[in-house]
Amino acid sequence: MVAPNTGDSTPAKVATRDLSVWYDDEQALKSISLDIRHNELLGIIGPANSGKTTFLRTLNRLIDRTPGIRVSGQVRLDGRDIFQDIPVEELRTRVGMVFALPVPLPMSVFDNVAYGPRRHGIGNRKALAELVEESLWAASLWDEVKDRLDEPAMNLSGGQQQRLCIARALAVQAEVILLDEPCSGLDPVSTSMVEDALVGLKENHTIVLVTNVIAQAARISDRTAFFLMGELIEVDGADKLFTLPADERTAGYIEGRYG
Amino acid sequence: MRTTTTPLQRIWEFFVEKLIFLSGFTAIIFVVLLFLFLLKEGLAVFKTVSPQEFIAGKSWYPISKPPQFGILPLILGSLAVTIGAAAIAVPFGVASAVYIAEVAPPRLKEYLKVGIELIAAIPSVVIGFIGMVALAPIVANVFDLPTGLTALSASLMLALMAMPTTVSIAEDAISGVPREYKEAALALGATHWQAIYRVILRAAAPGILAAVMLGIGRVIGETMAVMMITGNSAQIPHTLLQPVRTLTATIAAEMGETMRGSPHYTALFAIGIVLFLITFIVNFTADLFLRRAEARR
Repeated sequence: MVAPNTGDSTPAKVATRDLSVWYDDEQALKSISLDIRHNELLGIIGPANSGKTTFLRTLNRLIDRTPGIRVSGQVRLDGRDIFQDIPVEELRTRVGMVFALPVPLPMSVFDNVAYGPRRHGIGNRKALAELVEESLWAASLWDEVKDRLDEPAMNLSGGQQQRLCIARALAVQAEVILLDEPCSGLDPVSTSMVEDALVGLKENHTIVLVTNVIAQAARISDRTAFFLMGELIEVDGADKLFTLPADERTAGYIEGRYG
Repeated sequence: MRTTTTPLQRIWEFFVEKLIFLSGFTAIIFVVLLFLFLLKEGLAVFKTVSPQEFIAGKSWYPISKPPQFGILPLILGSLAVTIGAAAIAVPFGVASAVYIAEVAPPRLKEYLKVGIELIAAIPSVVIGFIGMVALAPIVANVFDLPTGLTALSASLMLALMAMPTTVSIAEDAISGVPREYKEAALALGATHWQAIYRVILRAAAPGILAAVMLGIGRVIGETMAVMMITGNSAQIPHTLLQPVRTLTATIAAEMGETMRGSPHYTALFAIGIVLFLITFIVNFTADLFLRRAEARR
């Protein structure tokens, strides 16, 4: 087990303590204790089945929907327990999720971004329009879609769809954004646009990025965590983890000895 | 590798090809022939009555002298029963499809699906029988009517008959919505119901519409059950609590008593044409909606 890695004095945005998750009898996460700092971009790397996605889906409780799931330990968002102190809908607006494949909802570009705010009772057209513009702007997508807001979101390119999904999470005022291999289906140009958007978002958001591309984590993350078979092996600044990893398993993965 | 084809093989290929072409083509030929036959037998009625009298005529007295062939009461009878059945079957059907696809635990889901498909296995004459013996007296009692054989009773039983089609097709459509849509909505803080209502139903809309249309198609074409439950009185209905008679039941009930080639006989065929057109329009609209929904995606 790795000791909670707080590092600096500011309290963590998201903190997990001894977080374990079982699917039926199989343990997918083994006693993870990890602090995610305010406005940092935390990269998570690791081979397949290392628990990265499970970890992410636990942070906004999407995992609740999985049959046979069992969770022990704690997850705190701004010090409050996400399983007990925060209603699940509130949690999911504050901790947004962007999936591996872009999932534009079957509606227009505008409605996609406005979906969340409308659910939470924002009906005023002007307020909505402003919010949509702000969110698309923050996701670095506004210039490309400002004339296409009424088009079906399906018409956008893959990279645009993925940034639309980010905008959608921003529109509900997400404080933490979880991304599960958001660039896995994208070409290099789209990938770098999504990456730029993420780096820009770091000013006001805490970002957790699960990625299969080690280089991506090295490029844009502040700190990187390495997961292996449900365990958190180590977490450290990207500059350090990729050059001087403390654990030889990390070194092995980075050099390409696993999956 | 080179393959050589013997003459025998080539002849065999030729015949199989033509055979498949013919089988495909016969289906269309049969439909066209059927329609032509309907037209030939049915259009003759307009020697006796004008098309306007036929469609808009308010009395259907085929064996009085002179006979009156106004099918407006029959059209309205069919319409009353169909709208009544749809008003019951559509909300219940879609709601139960949502429950089965989205809410029910896996075990219960299987039982429910089998149960609903079992309804489809009940012969319509049995539905009619149950409606006549069990439902009609209840309707008569509740609404204090002289007879329970009314459009309402027929609507209730037909709604039951439309349910299996509507539910299973709508359920397929809802289950076919990618799981990611639901998760994406949930990840934005939508409640389960909000995700179902705004995202899943929306994505499944074309399929659900098709389900509804097919259910309605079943109701319009149904004959035996409505013949037994509607009371078969050819009058223009003002409420659902009146006995009515449908287009289908009229053909079924009177065809046996007519003389081939008589005006009455041709009038029944003309009713067949009207039914054919109505069904065609229903299917065509369904198709139109489907296409529009598809294009919007």
